[in-house]
Amino acid sequence: MNFDFSDDQKLLRENVRSFLAKEAPLTLCRQVLETDGKYSTTLWQAVAAQGWLGTAIPEKYGGAGFGRLELAVIAEELGRVLAPIPFGSSVYLASEALLVAGTEEQKQRYLPRLSTGEAIGTLAHFEGAGDPGNRSLKSTVRNGKLSGEKTPVPDGEIADFALVTAKSGRDFGLAIVDLHTREVQREHLDSLDPSRSVAALRFERAPVEWLGGRPCGWDTLQHIFDRAAVLYAFEQLGGAQRAFEITREYTLNRYAFGRPIASFQALKHRLADWYVELELTRSNCYYGAWALSHEAPELAVAACGARVSATNTFELASKEMIQMHGGMGFTWEHDAHLFYRRARYLAAVLGPAPVWRERLVTCLERREEAS
Amino acid sequence: MDFNDTPEEAAFRAEARAWLEANAEPLAPGEQPASLEGRFDPEMVRKAQEWQRKKADAGWACITWPKEYGGRGATPIQAVIWSQEEARFKTPPNIFAIGQGMLGPTIMVHGTEEQKRRYLPPMLRGDEIWCQLFSEPAAGSDLAGLRTTAVRDGDDWIINGQKIWTTGAHYSKWGMIVTRTDPNAEKHRGITYFIVDMQSPGIEIRPIKQMNGMSSFNEVFFTDVRVPDRNRIGDVNDGWRCALTTLMNERHAIGGGAGGPEFRDLFRLARTVLWNGKPAIQDAGVRQRLADFYVRAKGLQYTSYRVQTALSRGQTPGPESSIGKLVGAPLRQNMAAFALDLEGAAAALLDRKAPEGALWQLAYLGSPGLRLAGGTDEILRNIIAERVLGLPPEIRVDKGIPFKDVPTGPRP
Ligand SMILES: Cc1cc2nc3c(=O)[nH]c(=O)nc-3n(C[C@H](O)[C@H](O)[C@H](O)COP(=O)(O)OP(=O)(O)OC[C@H]3O[C@@H](n4cnc5c(N)ncnc54)[C@H](O)[C@@H]3O)c2cc1C
Repeated sequence: MNFDFSDDQKLLRENVRSFLAKEAPLTLCRQVLETDGKYSTTLWQAVAAQGWLGTAIPEKYGGAGFGRLELAVIAEELGRVLAPIPFGSSVYLASEALLVAGTEEQKQRYLPRLSTGEAIGTLAHFEGAGDPGNRSLKSTVRNGKLSGEKTPVPDGEIADFALVTAKSGRDFGLAIVDLHTREVQREHLDSLDPSRSVAALRFERAPVEWLGGRPCGWDTLQHIFDRAAVLYAFEQLGGAQRAFEITREYTLNRYAFGRPIASFQALKHRLADWYVELELTRSNCYYGAWALSHEAPELAVAACGARVSATNTFELASKEMIQMHGGMGFTWEHDAHLFYRRARYLAAVLGPAPVWRERLVTCLERREEAS
Repeated sequence: MDFNDTPEEAAFRAEARAWLEANAEPLAPGEQPASLEGRFDPEMVRKAQEWQRKKADAGWACITWPKEYGGRGATPIQAVIWSQEEARFKTPPNIFAIGQGMLGPTIMVHGTEEQKRRYLPPMLRGDEIWCQLFSEPAAGSDLAGLRTTAVRDGDDWIINGQKIWTTGAHYSKWGMIVTRTDPNAEKHRGITYFIVDMQSPGIEIRPIKQMNGMSSFNEVFFTDVRVPDRNRIGDVNDGWRCALTTLMNERHAIGGGAGGPEFRDLFRLARTVLWNGKPAIQDAGVRQRLADFYVRAKGLQYTSYRVQTALSRGQTPGPESSIGKLVGAPLRQNMAAFALDLEGAAAALLDRKAPEGALWQLAYLGSPGLRLAGGTDEILRNIIAERVLGLPPEIRVDKGIPFKDVPTGPRP
């Protein structure tokens, strides 16, 4: 049994953590949030200079050629600092999608620029409220031109290209769209978490090519989402863990009724429960990381498990963080709302927990029928 | 990251499996392992002892114990592997767990060499069964509030008082008892730990009927029961320290609460039971709940993999090892309640005709006990909060005063 990160990966974690402690204090997240800066270009460049954007991209495409476990380590650390950068959109979604479904030519064209941070990619799927299934999706590609509207698109304002889910007759695929063309209109939308930007993208007969050269099918999109879900889950875990540490510290130092509030059993028991949720989530995330890094057939189930667990736990963490800080926790000045916002943002960008629960049970049924 | 055994672990697993295959029958797919709940008929005890002796003769009993007491000095990860393998076979319920898992280790740490040689080998072989005489009517979570007294009389001690919830007292040869030996000392300072022969004159054992109708635990009354001083474990008035060793091992021994239905049983039920002519699993609400149960059950299973990883590397597992019972016991109870919802009105049956042979009815009635035995949910939360998270201890009103002055409620 070797269900843990390796010593090298733990060393990587230490390095990433101390680097981010300097480069990405929570004040950086707040700065982006308060100035509507869309993202921190300085942190983005610093992260690019560390080579983290290309962590899992093979060397022949300009990456570092490590695996998904290293990427998971970095994701958790970025989650801890609420990094205000388009890492998820560009790395977990765009780069991973190109790696699993792109043609050789597409990989050569995009991956080197993604791994240096010269280009930012994203994936545009949602079309307003609700969850767009294969049937209700409205965006379409006809004769190599994409029409439709996607909202919200994470980092849609700052990305250079997007992978856009679209139908073509009865087919479904991911269309690669250059977002700098005239046929694409971008609209800034205010974000629930202004440290992470969202936009509306309108396509009017925008020229596209299919990721992989032809419509890849719905299952490929699911697979891309599963991969991203594992990595986002590590970000969520990191955020939840950090919220816990800050809150624990606060309850030890805040006095009421002549004693630290951490001595009240109502809070002690909730902190214990919170700790338990963190451990369960960590275990589910590890399993997701294992499945992802081994390209295991269990990936879909593992990803759903990590996603549901991490989404629930980050929400719990961010709620408890505010509650245990009292009135201070409800102020703009305190950092608790940064966590509360980020938790909800991360819950939303890949589709909410109920959708993943549904998918989990579907996967379990399929597995049962297959056996 | 992988789930593979190291080459040495794989070799050990193969050896264990080979012996089990030659000596026991594998469980059929979907077959439940024998549960211990309530069926303490002499025949069951005899079968359990027979299996235990067979294992002991081949060196597969209490494998982590030193060779001189009958073990094989195995590592903790080997113990995990052995129990994983044994769980795949049809074996009698384990009625030796309290002795071998909790009391034996206490003797190992605090006993004299003579005590170890006398008690450990027959405990290992299952020839002598043990019970734990800790809880009292007025001392459960607050074990140190115990009132059963032991008074010195020459080479003996004389015990008077009452123990309660004593699992297996009625078929045990020996009991480990904590007693009050100095009521004028502070609560935790006046306690002494003994081994007591359950057949001694003056011991009366009365079975208690549990809420699930079974009787695995008892009330045990002590009237002038004589225990020789050589049966004392640890120093006089130093019993609390020994009791803590027992309790620490208890939490390991109880863990996730083995046996009983699991997620896959719930999943099967949801796929087979019909709601308005369709399997219940087709209902969106049912699917959402199933997903949450799955994620929790798997979170617990993967946490145990993390613990095993530490053991496999020869490390002490981290605090994640402390969450097993706190997650597992309520999970069992909640899954049972949901399963009964799925069964519809038939959930009201506790009958041959109940769905799945009343598997979930029994789990529903039995699971509240899991949340109490071996440390209640609340006590486990206190332990995590204080020992793992370093939060301040409870404010106490029973410290720094003689035990006899500690406030109590009316005796139940
Ligand atoms: C199936 C079963 C088998 C058992 N077998 C044995 C055995 O073999 N030997 C043995 O000695 N004992 C045994 N016990 C007893 C068991 O250890 C006790 O029941 C348990 O420790 C709780 O003690 P109590 O019953 O006195 O409840 P109490 O301690 O009175 O608890 C009542 C309630 O108060 C809560 N509470 C108590 N203190 C605190 C606190 N500090 N903070 C917050 N909440 C608190 C508890 O969590 C519980 O909800 C067994 C119990 C069961 C159910």
